Amino acid sequence: MKKTRPISHSWWWKVIALVCLLYTYIAGFLGTVPAMPILNETIRNLFFHVCMWMSMFVLMTVNVVYGIRYLSTNNSYDDLVAEEAARASMVFGIAGLVTGMVWANFTWGAPWVNDPQLNGTAATMLLYAAYFILRNAVNDEAKKSKLAAIYSIFAFAMMMVFIMVLPKLTDSLHPGKGGNPGFNKYDLDSNMRMVFYPAVIGWTLIGVWIMSLRIRFRLVEQSYLEKL
Amino acid sequence: MKQLSSQVNKLILHEIRIEWKSRQAFTSIIVYSLASIYITYLCFRQGIDPITWNALFWIILLFAATNAVAKSFLQESRGLQFYYYTLLNPRAVILSKTIYNVLLLVILGMINFACYAILFEIPIGDLYQFLIGLVLGSMGLSATLTLVSGIVSRANNNASLVAILGFPLLFPLLLTTIRFSKNAIDGLDWSINQPYFIILSALNVLIIALSYLLFPYLWRE
Repeated sequence: MKKTRPISHSWWWKVIALVCLLYTYIAGFLGTVPAMPILNETIRNLFFHVCMWMSMFVLMTVNVVYGIRYLSTNNSYDDLVAEEAARASMVFGIAGLVTGMVWANFTWGAPWVNDPQLNGTAATMLLYAAYFILRNAVNDEAKKSKLAAIYSIFAFAMMMVFIMVLPKLTDSLHPGKGGNPGFNKYDLDSNMRMVFYPAVIGWTLIGVWIMSLRIRFRLVEQSYLEKL
Repeated sequence: MKQLSSQVNKLILHEIRIEWKSRQAFTSIIVYSLASIYITYLCFRQGIDPITWNALFWIILLFAATNAVAKSFLQESRGLQFYYYTLLNPRAVILSKTIYNVLLLVILGMINFACYAILFEIPIGDLYQFLIGLVLGSMGLSATLTLVSGIVSRANNNASLVAILGFPLLFPLLLTTIRFSKNAIDGLDWSINQPYFIILSALNVLIIALSYLLFPYLWRE
């Protein structure tokens, strides 16, 4: 009987990711975008900066879901997935921060301003840094996984409050919020949507791909160490 | 349920009795925060504006809270933890620790506020609103730090880890509290502060519910 391969080993979704990204780069830089005051051509950052956050968010959700799974199953594989999801989401968080800062330098005149979304991002980055510090502080494997899972569930809840609830109370400088021109549902025209949705799919799949490669690498590493 | 509440009562009384016997922990925290308040007084002798006043007050309380609450699990020996483990419901342990720390921090916050208000004469527009913010903020601070202290006590018992793990978790709470008390200092109407009040209460409920749910996993080793 043919052994079924896990979905992370199959190739079709990687092709989709690459095609989506290729399309994003070509259509995102060459396609037509609406002319907006202040934003001008920097509106193209939507295809890169915003997608970084989406991808990071998906990976953080994976992290917390596998954290919960670990607490109920005590299976070390679940913890491995949670850890690698956090690592990959950190990469996308940094990429999102950098693309956002470059963009902000052109539109707001400064790379960092006091904005609720920026504060949320800073908190998220610190939370995940603390998550890795906690992991490194414990030597015992089972204990490390358990503590990390508990901390990540707590951190995810606090982060959701910070990113979802608090910005509703204050005006943000971000496009489409607080009366700023931008890409909310009336402004985002169909041309941009045609690029934006594939871009989100592409970047998210790339994030999952990075995560699954790291997981496979760690599994190979573990089996090698066991043989020694 | 009845057993849980009786265990919680006994544990809280036990904590208070231990504290009353030595009085060392409480006095050291009081001295710590009074000293920090006096340092800020010396630094801002020529006067201070309400925004800075408010921010400094909460930062001093944050550090005092970290020091006060960090000990809650760390001071217990391994042996005592095993003894508790055989006797008690883990939920009773976390609830009693949280309630005790909330009491401790509310008292600490009130004392801090009294000294701070004497040293810096800041006209507070709405004292009752400010006190509500103080109570809710201290509750959230101590509840979060209690769970973090529980996590750290299982990790490596390093007190500095409490600050590293706790501070990022406290961002949303502190931000809301500082906004709430700033509005209270300005004497704004309750209707402006109401959404912040709702968020603060919801955050407190969320934090306590999460510690209640997650602590048993921490306990089982």
